[in-house]
Amino acid sequence: MTDPLLEVRNLRVAYPSAHGYSDALRGISFTLGREKLGIVGESGSGKSTAGRAIMRLLPPKARVTADALRLSGFDLLGASERQMRDIRGGRIAMILQDPRYALNPLKTVGAQIMESYRIHIKGSRAEARDRMLAMLEDVRIRDPQRVTGLYPHELSGGMGQRVMIAMMLIPSPKLVIADEPTSALDVTVRGQILDVLNERVEAQGAGLILISHDLPLVSDFCDRVLVMYGGQIMEELAAHDLSQASHPYTIALNASLPPLDHAVDELIVPEYDPTWLTEATE
Amino acid sequence: MTTPSLEIVSLSVAFGHGRASVQAVDKASFRVARGEAFGIIGESGSGKSTILRAITGLHDGYDGDVLINGNPAPRPRNRDFFKTVQMVFQDPYSSLHPRRMIRATLMEPLEIYRLDRREARIAQVLLDVGLAPEFAYRYPHQLSGGQRQRVAVARALLLEPEILLLDEPTSALDVSVQAGVLNVLNALRRARGLSYVMVSHDLRVVAHMCSRIAVMTQGRIVEELTVEDLRAQRATQPYTRTLIAASRAAVTAD
Ligand SMILES: Nc1ncnc2c1ncn2[C@@H]1O[C@H](COP(=O)(O)OP(=O)(O)OP(=O)(O)O)[C@@H](O)[C@H]1O
Ligand SMILES: Nc1ncnc2c1ncn2[C@@H]1O[C@H](COP(=O)(O)OP(=O)(O)OP(=O)(O)O)[C@@H](O)[C@H]1O
Ligand SMILES: [Mg+2]
Ligand SMILES: [Mg+2]
Repeated sequence: MTDPLLEVRNLRVAYPSAHGYSDALRGISFTLGREKLGIVGESGSGKSTAGRAIMRLLPPKARVTADALRLSGFDLLGASERQMRDIRGGRIAMILQDPRYALNPLKTVGAQIMESYRIHIKGSRAEARDRMLAMLEDVRIRDPQRVTGLYPHELSGGMGQRVMIAMMLIPSPKLVIADEPTSALDVTVRGQILDVLNERVEAQGAGLILISHDLPLVSDFCDRVLVMYGGQIMEELAAHDLSQASHPYTIALNASLPPLDHAVDELIVPEYDPTWLTEATE
Repeated sequence: MTTPSLEIVSLSVAFGHGRASVQAVDKASFRVARGEAFGIIGESGSGKSTILRAITGLHDGYDGDVLINGNPAPRPRNRDFFKTVQMVFQDPYSSLHPRRMIRATLMEPLEIYRLDRREARIAQVLLDVGLAPEFAYRYPHQLSGGQRQRVAVARALLLEPEILLLDEPTSALDVSVQAGVLNVLNALRRARGLSYVMVSHDLRVVAHMCSRIAVMTQGRIVEELTVEDLRAQRATQPYTRTLIAASRAAVTAD
């Protein structure tokens, strides 16, 4: 049997807090092949923490343990910081949740995307520039010539997200972790951007983890979905079964969506049940 | 007709020079009555945030007028203006001081405007946005994306402004948390007669919150719809029609 692309077993993360450490991930396990895995869940449930743990991008004070955290058999937890620098942006790329904040504020968008290309792929400057412009067009940036010269704070929210996607896809990573990559985009552009993401991932035989709070989106786009709550995985489903989810949290999520065709006075806010957390612990 | 709470008249904002220049907002006009919620939707990069930022005075080089209760907004904006108008920015990071604890960030406006019952007010706004009191003792980087966004909303609510500019205030929230925040915003608007301008890419959110909606493409407001028009798919612009159709499809997909 070959190693899966990514193996995560019993991953735990705790952050330092006022009274000792507090748990953000309480032992999550999953494997990923060349497929699209969605992670959904409440705000604060640990989705970004999981992504950043795989990238080894958590703050140094965070306590991280796992029985296994491996990329194609390679031990990510035991890797040196030097090894991780090679892996990040090369074999694994993460599209971060706050793009305009995550980008370098002092460099133009064009320079940053070209740099990302040239660190991992040998080629001339002219070649990198052509690829960069083509990539910006792929992510539906109007007027790429103007946008390459902008600094991150001069981008609109949705432009920032697409620039980040362009920058992360350009070195052809084997695993893409996309953290809310399209949350600032309307449904029409979002569909186009996800198509681009899909094409790239499939053409390169890569795996994708799509972190999102948007259930319909994830159920459309992904093969499998993990539903998280309070640092744990509540259930795992085939994506197209998401509307038939059995866990009360997932059902509650479907109920609080504002309807489009008629008005309601107040939206339904789900009541959380503390037993959801205790029942999942062994 | 009574004076609108907020009115912009032929507002224009341009950036850059020569070949790199862009007309981010091109002669946009709208009025928002007291107690009304006005929505702005439109393509990414069409100028929605720029309109809100011009109203708050962040892009001071605008042309046209910004009127608050019938009077031109002072240039530069002063304290009184920010007592009346508050904004929730699209990037919560940009409005939260990175090295200041959330509590200090929330305390500051209360001190500047000499409001009483400070502890109680902070506790209340945090509760309103669904954050436990202990979040006051964190720094921005110690919060999740959605928690940061909720702090930004809480901060804008603290001063009980008459006019609230909301730039994608729930884009980082899952629908369950979003429902709570939207309910609070609606309840406050009804109880205190607040006026909102809300930018969102999510038609369902806009339809739920707003009675009139402007649609932007490439710096221009190309049409204005009532929420009934929007629900009944009575739009004239191709962009709006596509957006409504795609949003409906997304609803029925499951
Ligand atoms: N550096 C940190 N120090 C302390 N606590 C943190 C830190 N980073 C995150 N947390 C906490 O860990 C929990 C999980 O955060 P995480 O960012 O993974 O959530 P998330 O699922 O991505 O949420 P969202 O959908 O709002 O982005 C949250 O309660 C958050 O407050
Ligand atoms: N400080 C700036 N300098 C140069 N250009 C800018 C600046 N701020 C905004 N722009 C440009 O103005 C245009 C409108 O941006 P704006 O942020 O208003 O869009 P938006 O409608 O809010 O889009 P989104 O939905 O993606 O947030 C974009 O082309 C953007 O690049
Ligand atoms: Mg997150
Ligand atoms: Mg914007």
